[in-house]
Amino acid sequence: MTPGIDLQGTFVRALTDLGLPAGAAKTVWIPLPMVLMLIVATVSIFICVWLERKISAAAQQRIGPEYVGPLGALQAVADGVKLIFKADITPAKADPWLFIIGPAIVVIPVFLSFLIVPFGQNLVITDLGIGIFLWIALSSITPIGLLMAGYSSNNKYSLLGGLRAAAQSISYEIPLALAVLAVVMMSNGLSTIDIVNQQSQYGILGWNIWRQPVGFVIFWISALAECERLPFDLPEAEEELVAGYQTEYTGMKFGLFYVGSYVNLMLSALIVSVLYLGGWSFPVPVESITALLGISETAPVVQIVAASLGIVMTMLKAYLLVFLTILLRWTVPRVRIDQLLDLGWKFLLPIALVNLLVTAGLKLTLPGFFGG
Amino acid sequence: MTLATLNLAEGVQLVSFGLLGLIMLVGALGVVLLSNIVYSAFLLGLVFISISGLYILLNAGFVAAAQVLVYVGAVNVLILFGIMLVNKQEDFATVKNAWVGKAATGAVCAGLFGLLSTMVLSHPWTISTVPAAGDRAIEVIGQHFFSDYLLPFELASVLLLIALVGAIILARREYLPDTAIPTEEALTLPEKPRELVAAGSRDSL
Repeated sequence: MTPGIDLQGTFVRALTDLGLPAGAAKTVWIPLPMVLMLIVATVSIFICVWLERKISAAAQQRIGPEYVGPLGALQAVADGVKLIFKADITPAKADPWLFIIGPAIVVIPVFLSFLIVPFGQNLVITDLGIGIFLWIALSSITPIGLLMAGYSSNNKYSLLGGLRAAAQSISYEIPLALAVLAVVMMSNGLSTIDIVNQQSQYGILGWNIWRQPVGFVIFWISALAECERLPFDLPEAEEELVAGYQTEYTGMKFGLFYVGSYVNLMLSALIVSVLYLGGWSFPVPVESITALLGISETAPVVQIVAASLGIVMTMLKAYLLVFLTILLRWTVPRVRIDQLLDLGWKFLLPIALVNLLVTAGLKLTLPGFFGG
Repeated sequence: MTLATLNLAEGVQLVSFGLLGLIMLVGALGVVLLSNIVYSAFLLGLVFISISGLYILLNAGFVAAAQVLVYVGAVNVLILFGIMLVNKQEDFATVKNAWVGKAATGAVCAGLFGLLSTMVLSHPWTISTVPAAGDRAIEVIGQHFFSDYLLPFELASVLLLIALVGAIILARREYLPDTAIPTEEALTLPEKPRELVAAGSRDSL
């Protein structure tokens, strides 16, 4: 494996050459990738909303947004500005503090989880040893925010919607974690970098989707349910519960739920691409391309091209998955709450357990193929 | 150690330790003292999160994440579920001489606190000289689970299994007799019975 570009090292060295102490140089560096990742996450909301509107329109043979910006690309910005200027209403008998904190608790863990999303060998905020486990732990905080929002609205639909959302989120976390566990077992580590490196040796043939097809499907279904995407958007099922826990929210507080759901969708797509689709790796290994062209893979130009290719590949895979979810939204009917819980507990959970067991068995019998 | 000798990393650690400790103490007091049980439950989550922050300061990232997953994501959510499903607002009758109970509770708590703090202060704590495992903590914990801590680990899983089976039996209600619900009344709507109108009849127009 090539070490890739070490942006942090170069940056710190440049600042220390200018006369700054090493500690201060590192301190200047620390916020930069975080801010960059925040910007990436925020921009991804606009792209996702635009894709959602355009693809939904195409699925229904409409044109979709067209006048705001080129091809309607700025429609999400217009929506956001509208939300900012809307009256911010707190219901008279609501609990004002919990009402404000609820949406924040839903959104903050989602943004924090971007800590571990890698876009290249060194293009990650921190390579934590617990990596993917951090994402699972953080996503388990979200139900508290949902319950808080539902309870504080002082509205029976909100409370029921909040309870439902929390129940759904808890039920699908278990198959999700079991599917991740099977991947972790194969790559001998929780770090997202290790997981990608373990898949990237044989190009597209080495990706985990071929070794973990069942795990991939389980993970994808559970991730959709965690994001409350159709066909699992029961917490806000309009017919029964108005808009669930969001019913009483207006203005930017509602906007936070909106932001949270789209960032969560993007995050889940990125994590799927990291766990199952080889992360930043190109379908043909970059090493074999450089070997074929007869260039050294440590040449600066090659490294820059490879790093950009990695970012593009990660994004491409993630947006392909976002595209799939939007298509699913208009293809699959919404499930009922009992069907949802049945699917989670009686179907996905046993299958995830069997998948884990089979993976463990295969790892013992075919250690070369399943990561010994 | 004076402030001038602190470097940046140590300063950040000290400040975060102080903040986390403050949040934890205030949160824990809130859990006990607030009269609204829902606030107590939410504050309990805050206390768990700040404890996990302390674990991060101790270089135990895995334990911190596990703390968040188990205590915040599972235990606290369960508590909240329990409260919200049975949250019945009820005005309790004022008890005469309620202060006696409160004073007794306060005395017991103060006594426990005193006992525990003398124990903490009098015990000669030996600080381990082995450097923290850091990212290798998962392997170390796993090896302990399957060697010298095998029995407690397995006993804990058996305990969880018992709880699981018990919960399923309670939920299936096969062994608990359901109270007979009068079905007829439940199905009639509280409305005046109306006369049926024939559809398409000309007189009704």
